[in-house]
Amino acid sequence: MALSANRSIASSASALRNISLWFAVSALLCLVLVDIQISSADPWAELARMTAGALSPSVWSWPTLLSGLANTFAFALQGVTLAAIAGFVLALGYRFALIRAFCAFVRSIHELFWALLFMQVAGLSSLTGLLAIAIPYAGTLAKIYGELFEEVDPAPANNLPHREPGLSHFFYAVLPLAWRSMATYTSYRFECAIRSSAILGFVGLPTLGFHLETALSDGHYSEAAAFFYALLLLIGTLRLWLHKRLLPVYLVAVFYYLPPQATISWQLLVRFVSEDIVPAPLRGEALWNGETISHFAQWFNLLWQQQIWPGLFNTVLLGQISLVFTGLLALALLPLNSPLFMRPRRLISRGRFMSHGRLMDRNWKRGIGDSILILLRTLPEYLLAFIGLLIFGPSMLPAILALGIHNGAIIGHLLGRYTEELSLRADANSGVTLYFYEVLPRIYRQFLAFLFYRWEVILRETAILGILGIATLGFYIDSAFETFRFDIALLLILVSAALNISVDQFARYLRQRLQLKTVPESL
Amino acid sequence: MNDSPTPPPALFQFRQKSLQYEGRSVLDNVSLSIAAGERVALIGGSGAGKSTLLKALREQRPDTVAWCPQQPGLVPILSTFHNIYMGALEQHSLPYNLLNLIKPLAGARSIVEPIAQQLGLEQQLFSSIDKLSGGQQQRTSIGRALIQQRAIFLGDEPVANVDEYQGEALLKLICQRHQTVVLALHDIIQALSVCTRIIGLQDGAIVLDAPSEQLQASDLAGLYGAS
Repeated sequence: MALSANRSIASSASALRNISLWFAVSALLCLVLVDIQISSADPWAELARMTAGALSPSVWSWPTLLSGLANTFAFALQGVTLAAIAGFVLALGYRFALIRAFCAFVRSIHELFWALLFMQVAGLSSLTGLLAIAIPYAGTLAKIYGELFEEVDPAPANNLPHREPGLSHFFYAVLPLAWRSMATYTSYRFECAIRSSAILGFVGLPTLGFHLETALSDGHYSEAAAFFYALLLLIGTLRLWLHKRLLPVYLVAVFYYLPPQATISWQLLVRFVSEDIVPAPLRGEALWNGETISHFAQWFNLLWQQQIWPGLFNTVLLGQISLVFTGLLALALLPLNSPLFMRPRRLISRGRFMSHGRLMDRNWKRGIGDSILILLRTLPEYLLAFIGLLIFGPSMLPAILALGIHNGAIIGHLLGRYTEELSLRADANSGVTLYFYEVLPRIYRQFLAFLFYRWEVILRETAILGILGIATLGFYIDSAFETFRFDIALLLILVSAALNISVDQFARYLRQRLQLKTVPESL
Repeated sequence: MNDSPTPPPALFQFRQKSLQYEGRSVLDNVSLSIAAGERVALIGGSGAGKSTLLKALREQRPDTVAWCPQQPGLVPILSTFHNIYMGALEQHSLPYNLLNLIKPLAGARSIVEPIAQQLGLEQQLFSSIDKLSGGQQQRTSIGRALIQQRAIFLGDEPVANVDEYQGEALLKLICQRHQTVVLALHDIIQALSVCTRIIGLQDGAIVLDAPSEQLQASDLAGLYGAS
């Protein structure tokens, strides 16, 4: 009796410890199975050439660079605008399970896969770029908006005389309360959209990624560096020139500059929908015919053995290692953005620094530390993985590094900011001891919440890195598109969507079970 | 103030000092000296400046006092054992501390366990702090001060969350383990029975400073509520 009582008393820490242990063990197991050999002959030489290129950026053609920049910006702004409108409408019905499922489905398919799909009917057009961003982003924004609407203070709504939850009721008592958070989150998503837009260039759309891929593949690192810096500059300076009041001007400008259009052959579209994406054994056959079904079973069985299973296996394997690596990196990086570790020397004298809580908020050390995190966050993981492949050769190592660095920096940044709210005793330790005894235990819950929130994103990215040649689901999807086997491509995309949705559900279950805060931030 | 023929050396000393709390002046013109071996109780209503004075005392000798603040600053998911051990972090090497965080080491246990026993926490030693009652948390906080084995104890309402009987026992334990003790207390009877000197604070000034044997509970009642 006493023993079992004791065990339940001690559970708050041990539940977190156990779950962390399981994740670490699973990642170690995956590490045994995964291929992380460095296969390039001389990675240092490649790295040296890249560094030399990075230090001597040269613009090969200004018009190309500027149009790449403009296209990247235009796709992102158009896509997010459309996504915000659609997401808002969807969020109004977010209490309906069907709408929630629909949103989960559209956002579980990565924008690159959407782009590959639309390219088949709308070609490399501005419409393809717009839709590829708008559709998955609408699913994400609908979820965030919907959750924000559910979490607003219910008091104002309850105090209204007519308690029928109509639309005017919503516009007066719910929307104003959620508005600020919606705006903040949408602007964060816009930054993500610029990354997505740049990456769309890797499959052929005329954004920065297109030129980056060409320059990197040809080993023209100085030119690549110029495009790379242009992307960083675009994202880094957003705050300076993308003001709320100027937004309408920019919107008119991007729709004028790059009107969403495509020459769609209706014949082709009909064929694509009614024939190309239908599994080959079912085309033009009677569905409930025994022979058709057995053909389909054979087709699926073969596909399962050769593509679905290995693709799934590798995606989960790589995703799991990347998740744990992301977590470790986030914990290692968080001091860079924490006032507890990055503080001016004069305030370090023990016992005094805590009483100047606000004063130490802005200091140059932390400024530099956080800039590093923001820079790492700004780099799209797809691009990082591509560069990693050039250095280390084909293996899963570049993918792990890319996913870990990008996501670890995002979580590290947020965790660092979270440590601002910790109030420590005046006689608290400093340095490593402070980190392990005071900070880590206090932020661990939040850390797991962030990491689980990011899990689905990491897995979606893992799948997409397959396009670069790593044998995750994306690899098989890309090959199917290249060989015009759209039925297989679609099926594999649906498999990857199902995987993402299940992981998202599992992460949500874990967050609830461990009582982790589920309110999203800029994740 | 102290007219004994050979005054022992002063541990803490203020000469006409103004003390601030979050940028606001709380105590004006404080002159005060506390000698080794004294057991001082700070008495006064809330906002009278007890915590401010304690903080100022601590800053005079940050490395020789065991500090027991009103907000105990316990780490929620760590166990009672770890929260007590945290007072002794500086006495051990970094690798030792980190190892002990992962798995409680025998050496650390042999220091912490007797303290936990004295505080009546042996049953909760490996429970996380957030599962403990307010009184148990407060005892843990005292444990963190005891483990430092320092000569001076500064406590801000160290027994406010435990019942009278336990409070008395804990205060006796604190006095027994420290040569010099300065406590902010709101219980006048406790202050008189445990401490040798009473300092009364009111409206940002020291209005009373006398040996407790010369005082009655009724002398101190005016420090609360009356004004």
